Amino acid sequence: PKKGQSGLGKSTLVNTLFKSQVSRKSSGWNREEKIPKTVEIKAIGHVIEEGGVKMKLTVIDTPGFGDQINNENCWEPIEKYINEQYEKFLKEEVNIARKKRIPDTRVHCCLYFISPTGHSLRPLDLEFMKHLSKVVNIIPVIAKADTMTLEEKTEFKQRVRKELEVNGIEFYPQKEFDEDLEDKTENDKIRQESMPFAVVGSDKEYQVNGKRVLGRKTPWGIIEVENLNHCEFALLRDFVIRTHLQDLKEVTHNIHYETYRAKRLNDNGGLPPMTVETEENHESNL
Amino acid sequence: MDSIIIQERLVERLLSPRTQAQRSHPGKLKDHEKQYVGFATLPNQVHRKSVKKGFDFTLMVAGESGLGKSTLVNSLFLTDLYKDRKLLNAEERINQTVEIIKHTVDIEEKGVKLKLTIVDTPGFGDAVNNTECWKPITDYIDQQFEQYFRDESGLNRKNIQDNRVHCCLYFISPFGHGLRPVDVEFMKALHEKVNIVPLIAKADCLIPSEIRKLKERIREEIDKFGIKVYQFPECDSDEDEEFKQQDRELKESAPFAVIGSNTVVEAKGQRVRGRLYPWGIVEVENQAHCDFVKLRNMLIRTHMHDLKDVTCDVHYENYRAQCIQQMTSKLTQDNRIESPIPILPLPTPDTETEKLIKMKDEEVSTICACASWMLELESRESLQGCPIEVVLRLPLLCPPVGSWGGGQG
Repeated sequence: PKKGQSGLGKSTLVNTLFKSQVSRKSSGWNREEKIPKTVEIKAIGHVIEEGGVKMKLTVIDTPGFGDQINNENCWEPIEKYINEQYEKFLKEEVNIARKKRIPDTRVHCCLYFISPTGHSLRPLDLEFMKHLSKVVNIIPVIAKADTMTLEEKTEFKQRVRKELEVNGIEFYPQKEFDEDLEDKTENDKIRQESMPFAVVGSDKEYQVNGKRVLGRKTPWGIIEVENLNHCEFALLRDFVIRTHLQDLKEVTHNIHYETYRAKRLNDNGGLPPMTVETEENHESNL
Repeated sequence: MDSIIIQERLVERLLSPRTQAQRSHPGKLKDHEKQYVGFATLPNQVHRKSVKKGFDFTLMVAGESGLGKSTLVNSLFLTDLYKDRKLLNAEERINQTVEIIKHTVDIEEKGVKLKLTIVDTPGFGDAVNNTECWKPITDYIDQQFEQYFRDESGLNRKNIQDNRVHCCLYFISPFGHGLRPVDVEFMKALHEKVNIVPLIAKADCLIPSEIRKLKERIREEIDKFGIKVYQFPECDSDEDEEFKQQDRELKESAPFAVIGSNTVVEAKGQRVRGRLYPWGIVEVENQAHCDFVKLRNMLIRTHMHDLKDVTCDVHYENYRAQCIQQMTSKLTQDNRIESPIPILPLPTPDTETEKLIKMKDEEVSTICACASWMLELESRESLQGCPIEVVLRLPLLCPPVGSWGGGQG
């Protein structure tokens, strides 16, 4: 799912990542709609295909997050949603007559959009990530990075990394889950240099040097989304989809889910939660 | 007869706003010098005195941190007001409350001095819970009004310092889809206390079509929520077309989408204030890139005085009227008079009030008698009349009870 205040380009970015309209862009709340008073959870599922490989992708949006005057505990609905998915999975797992392939609605990755103020993280960002890094893989992303020059970007990223470290926030890929030295070296580099990825998204194409590229056309130049000199979108895409997609799922299953399961069993006195009748939860794949 | 007409026409020309600026042809006056009174030079005299006295202006900036407020202020006034600023990190900001910080700087240009005060509001809108985060700001503005009110009503009014806020630049985030709840609440809390000029901050992250949409959106929402932002005054009908056209463009560009910069970059062989990106250079003073020039012209070159006027004539007067009404209602309350609408004069006073009125009336007539007697004495013996003044002043501080208007003697 994607989190962050409205207007940070989340939907555009997700659409760009998956090269399809997987997220409904709110090009502004029209007159009848308002900023929702509480955080909503909107999950939309798609099946996308590439090279014969099919992927069922579910994008979960959280409109209303951080938009109110008083944002205390606005992460709670999100935490609740994530835990509900773990609970669903757990119930299915402990079922007597359980399905061969348990429908997996668990959240594998959370892209958290940081506002590019150039100063530091906002108190809300810290609170959210502190609470949720314990239940889900969080990948912090600096949104609308075309508002910062190269120097500003570098400084901002350094400051954000430091703040996350000082506050004990472990974002994905978490240090403690590096499986071997190879992983560690690769992930160290990503953790200490590339992340958080400063991205720009766009669904419009322009002609640059004879090629058609995704970009944003400003009066002073065209920002190319996939140009590594302009922004780190390509790094994010490769990271999430091309190299670490499977790992994201594994960490969710082996670590976050297990943590949840252990806690539930403990609370229940070491026994699995009872489900006498199989609940009709078949809606949840979409 | 002819000379009178010429005189009149001359005076008209001299006093009309456009020619004031062009008045540097003293030669033209020579022919008529002997035939006109000469008060047409009053504007000149006012000008000279004002320049000697210097001008002052208080500008408030408000909005979430990280929207480029400090950079913009530095760009507007070509100074560096924030050299020693220390930025707080997120943890430090969790418990931060909104502060009010004033920076004053004296700047001079072509012999004209300006004492510029920037009122900063760090912490606004940054916390997790921002309920009423505008209260310290409204309190500050009210305090300045109150201070001025006291000074104005005081005995020694020689050097009243005017710390009233003349304009508030409110920075709207370009990362949203329009106004956020905190933006709306802030502006509604302040629109009757100060001139609000809303701005779209960091506009270089938006492409032209996005800026257009956002401006439309914000204008709609300002209407919808009944927010009264600063209105540019209508230009005089005798201004020339070019001026009127500029004025129209100004009004249509609101809210201004601005960019600021503390650095100078090289663009097309020229050194300009701007921001250097891998994909191009944004020039702050290029009107095709942003509305910075419009803002600067409006704020400093054309509307600074109007902003001060509206602050004095509208916002301050509102405050003063409210204050006096409150004082009045408090006094009537102290006299234990029940009234459903304490701020209006009582239509049918009860016996207690009537007694009070009678008493006061007697007092006043006594004072009147005293006063006229003392004046007589004075005319005979040229007294230094201080005691009389003091006596006569007292009634002014009493609660207004009916009409005792004849009490000055």
